[in-house]
Amino acid sequence: MRYIAGRPARRWLNLSAPGDAFSHGFLPNMIETDQLTRCYGNLTAVDALSMRVEPGQVLGLLGPNGAGKSTAMRMIAGFLVPTSGTARVCGYDVLREPLQAKRALGYLPEGAPSYGELTVREFLQFIVRMRGFRPDVGFRRFDEVVHRLQLEEVLGLCIDTLSKGLRRRVGLAQAILHDPPVLMLDEPTDGLDPNQKHAVRQLIDVMARERTILISTHLLEEVHALCNRVVIIARGKLMADATPAELEQRSRYHGAVSFSAPGSGMSQEMLGRLPQVAAIEVDPLDGRITVFPKPGERILEPVEQLLRQQGLEVSEIQLERGRLDEVFRQITTDGNGQHHVMSGERA
Amino acid sequence: MSPQSAVMRRELRSYFVTPVAYVFLVIFLVLAGILTFYAGDFYERGQADLQPFFMMHPWLYLILVPALTMRMWAEETRGGTLELLLTLPITLWQAMLGKFLAAWLFIGLALVLTFPIWITVNYLGSPDNGVILAGYLGSWLMAGTFIAIGACLSALTRSQVVAFILTALVCVLLILAGHPQVLDFFQGALPRKLVNGVAHLSMLRHFEAISRGVLDVRDLLYFLLSTLGWLLAGVLLLDLKRTR
Repeated sequence: MRYIAGRPARRWLNLSAPGDAFSHGFLPNMIETDQLTRCYGNLTAVDALSMRVEPGQVLGLLGPNGAGKSTAMRMIAGFLVPTSGTARVCGYDVLREPLQAKRALGYLPEGAPSYGELTVREFLQFIVRMRGFRPDVGFRRFDEVVHRLQLEEVLGLCIDTLSKGLRRRVGLAQAILHDPPVLMLDEPTDGLDPNQKHAVRQLIDVMARERTILISTHLLEEVHALCNRVVIIARGKLMADATPAELEQRSRYHGAVSFSAPGSGMSQEMLGRLPQVAAIEVDPLDGRITVFPKPGERILEPVEQLLRQQGLEVSEIQLERGRLDEVFRQITTDGNGQHHVMSGERA
Repeated sequence: MSPQSAVMRRELRSYFVTPVAYVFLVIFLVLAGILTFYAGDFYERGQADLQPFFMMHPWLYLILVPALTMRMWAEETRGGTLELLLTLPITLWQAMLGKFLAAWLFIGLALVLTFPIWITVNYLGSPDNGVILAGYLGSWLMAGTFIAIGACLSALTRSQVVAFILTALVCVLLILAGHPQVLDFFQGALPRKLVNGVAHLSMLRHFEAISRGVLDVRDLLYFLLSTLGWLLAGVLLLDLKRTR
């Protein structure tokens, strides 16, 4: 469980604004978008998107490529100006109080861009200066972040010469250098190998203990690994806003039971006669049998009982939680299975 | 430390870790020397001043400053670092100013490194060092205007080549605006008052005045205001990019 109401968030808020609404124990939404819209010519990349990220949450912004995830994040980060609507970070409006909003936010842009000709040390020192720290505080933050992301050994190397995974770590270091209460990461594991992905996820997991995170991805495994809430967008529109478990419940597979048993033709018929069973499917490749329940029914026990009665040898039997990829497809495609993909994401 | 000085330091650092700085300094110093002695008749004039040296500067800047400024914003746009820079707590104006100051200080360094020619002229004769100082000041101010033009046009495009060509084009127009041939060209098409206006836009005219040692407020204002104007235009262009 990561529902701790962000401790550093409170610390930061008290520090920055004593005596205003924040210090009376009222915590604003960490990120809030209000009818956020962005058009490129005739193309509506983000369409009246309203969502909230509450303190302590790790929200996964999910969507197919080109759904408008990056555009939405760029507007929240203050890089792009919304066509209409607005966004707030820690209560600061990105249009009216852009500097305060940017100070409250740590942002890792897509692909973790950085000045490749600089060394890691020079780059992070540049960020320290940009964040306007007093020298002593700046040094401390620098050391802390370098230690945290284990960058000690590459400090003197040019960023251009680093591997993708290391470069991503430098980008993360940049994003958390000022200890922001809100972190926004645009596809932080995209293009990394499985080991690097694992390492970055672990880092995010640790960081999530003390701050609010908005993370965009098109990888469903990431949602299981990291997020406690999911927002799915397609064609710039909000399609779903739920916990991963709730999404799994929407799956046809939620509560289904699957097993492998050789020579079970006869038992299939028997299974079909169970009052709780809605349908049975057999995988044409490996012969695995999946039994779907009628809505609201639990079928693990009756199925097991039946199999025992039949005297069938079942090597393992599994209760399905639901398949996110299926729900994702269902939500982000229309009836014809046509993807809601726009013509290329604008850089 | 203010964000604009952080940007300035980073920019200067980038000049020196890439060969840009060294290539620029070497070519600037070599060309300044060659042009002064061969094209400028430094010896044959028989005068102890640096007029031939300063008169070469507009033409040196014409080639070298666009090369220095073309990457300023174009590269940030292309490399995606613009997104990083503009999501840090900095205003567009501070970012622009930081980048401008870096390039301007760098040209200042190049000018300081031309000191051997100053020593030479002092060794050979007894020049009016006040006039020479004014010449350096005028040259530096003029460089500032060139840089501001380059900064603005670099914000216009993500292609460095386009930025280079546009900057060189605008600069050559501004240098030549006061030239009789250019003015003759406008004479037929424009009323007299506008032709005079064009002549006043001429960078060469204002620069010559300063480098002769005549420090007129109007000449100084010309450079300062046009520098500020181009920088502001660049900021507006960047802002437009975020909206478009």
